[in-house]
Amino acid sequence: MKPTAERLDHQAICGLIEPEAKVLDLGCGNGDLLHLLVTQKKVKAQGVELNNDAIHSCVEKGLSVIHSDIDSGLPYYPDRSFDYVILNQSLQEVKGVESVIREALRVGKKVIIGFPNFAHVEARILLCFGGRAPISSSLPYEWYSTPNLRFLAVKDFRDFCRQKGYKILAARYLGKRGKVFFMPNLWALHAIFVITK
Amino acid sequence: MALKDIGTVETKYFTFAEPPHEFKLESGRTLGPITLAYETYGKLSADKSNAILVMHAFSGNAHVAGPEQGDQDPPWWDFMVGPGKALDTEQYFVLCINVIGGCKGSTGPSTVNPKTREPYGLDFPQITIGDMVRSQKVLIDSLGIKKLHAVIGGSMGGMLALQWVASYPESVECVIPIAATLKHSPQQIAFNEVGRQAIMADPAWNHGNYYGGAMPEKGLAVARMVGHITYMSNDSMEKKFSRRLKDDNSGFKFSADFEIEGYLQHRGMTFVKRFDANSYLYITKAMDYFDLSDAKWIPEGGLPNVRFLVIAFKSDWLYPSVQSQEMVKQLKMRHVDATYCETDSTYGHDTFLIESEKEKQSHLIRHFLAKRS
Repeated sequence: MKPTAERLDHQAICGLIEPEAKVLDLGCGNGDLLHLLVTQKKVKAQGVELNNDAIHSCVEKGLSVIHSDIDSGLPYYPDRSFDYVILNQSLQEVKGVESVIREALRVGKKVIIGFPNFAHVEARILLCFGGRAPISSSLPYEWYSTPNLRFLAVKDFRDFCRQKGYKILAARYLGKRGKVFFMPNLWALHAIFVITK
Repeated sequence: MALKDIGTVETKYFTFAEPPHEFKLESGRTLGPITLAYETYGKLSADKSNAILVMHAFSGNAHVAGPEQGDQDPPWWDFMVGPGKALDTEQYFVLCINVIGGCKGSTGPSTVNPKTREPYGLDFPQITIGDMVRSQKVLIDSLGIKKLHAVIGGSMGGMLALQWVASYPESVECVIPIAATLKHSPQQIAFNEVGRQAIMADPAWNHGNYYGGAMPEKGLAVARMVGHITYMSNDSMEKKFSRRLKDDNSGFKFSADFEIEGYLQHRGMTFVKRFDANSYLYITKAMDYFDLSDAKWIPEGGLPNVRFLVIAFKSDWLYPSVQSQEMVKQLKMRHVDATYCETDSTYGHDTFLIESEKEKQSHLIRHFLAKRS
């Protein structure tokens, strides 16, 4: 996801978290979201990130971050170490989705998952009428260089939670300019779910 | 921006544990008097809250930064310490203390034993990393410093930093172990043992009783050559020397045909001029015995007022990154605030002494040290 001056997904996640919560951000990138949470919500923040330049950016912002990939970044944290574990725009890049979510739900009381909605109308049109893999604002990559391994829709994620028995505590749907309230599977570019066991 | 000069630096000496108040060592034996050679950079603030203790590696000394002093060793961390640098001496009061057992001004086996008026030699008691840290604490206390803003070091210096927080968790705020470990692996002990055996196989070593006569230079040089191989990486050796010959007419003469051979011999022979063979034995043993791996170094309640920055290097095969990851794992288990970075530098273990343009360890350290609200 391209960085924007004010990321709607970051604002939405910030609105979901209580002040002074303990937060673990898996795939925290350059730390923009954690930094926002620290400044606005005074959270106790911890990041996990694989890219060294991004780790340097996090440290510049005064954040604590551990060099690790998401697939192996969670062992050794005791159960329920965090109030929130965040997987924002990173779940679709993970190999072991089920094990990562299971582990996230072990170390965190709640898990916040944000991902691009593959069933957005723009992607549907591009695929249906363009006849090619969609390249859109929420899916900006060529097929050969995308970091995304998973392509899921809002409905897919809801089905997944039902199958696994995870409770959805809250959901936020985002379009280009703001929140989406109507038919999110069609109109949302991004979805953010708060889940728990 | 041109950096300001650090100015003149002088080595200072602090003596304590005068008999009969000798210093009790972990082994149960006593040592005294003890002199510690140390250097300081920058000014201690009025509330004495800006002190950073830098700890040197195995063969290092207190001369961290500043000009070369006469025929002494060049400063070993000049890129890290100074005005405007990561350990900014305009902001911090930086100290480095030569360890006991060493030969760079602090009491060690080459020091004259006041009881016999002869150098200690093998009468010097075995010291541990814990003893080194406790002796440093005496000096830090004498300066009126209650809490160190940071303890930082690479290799053995990192082990000392870990021992500092293990022994005095209330006295440190930031801990930065670089290319360090909670304990030596059998491989690390093995390399040290080869070095020790090389020294002891030199007839000039004479059971440690060589002061005033010929030094066990050959043995110590071989020990250093082995050590130096382990400090580099295969990549860095390939880049620096490859299989290049020193001159064109290689003759299978068992002389230094290859550049790498000449380099190692040169490093070995330079080392014997500046290091004591018995110190090599004592300090490597102290490192081998160091073991905090049972996690008791972190109190049950964690370390709520301490932050860690753990740095490892992918190309370091002597202190591989899994050893740093083990530290991070234990910190995670106890909810300790930790940052971990594994950098891609190709220089091997010695990376902590080199500032890579691509991945500046000083950048991480500078920002990590900034106080948080």
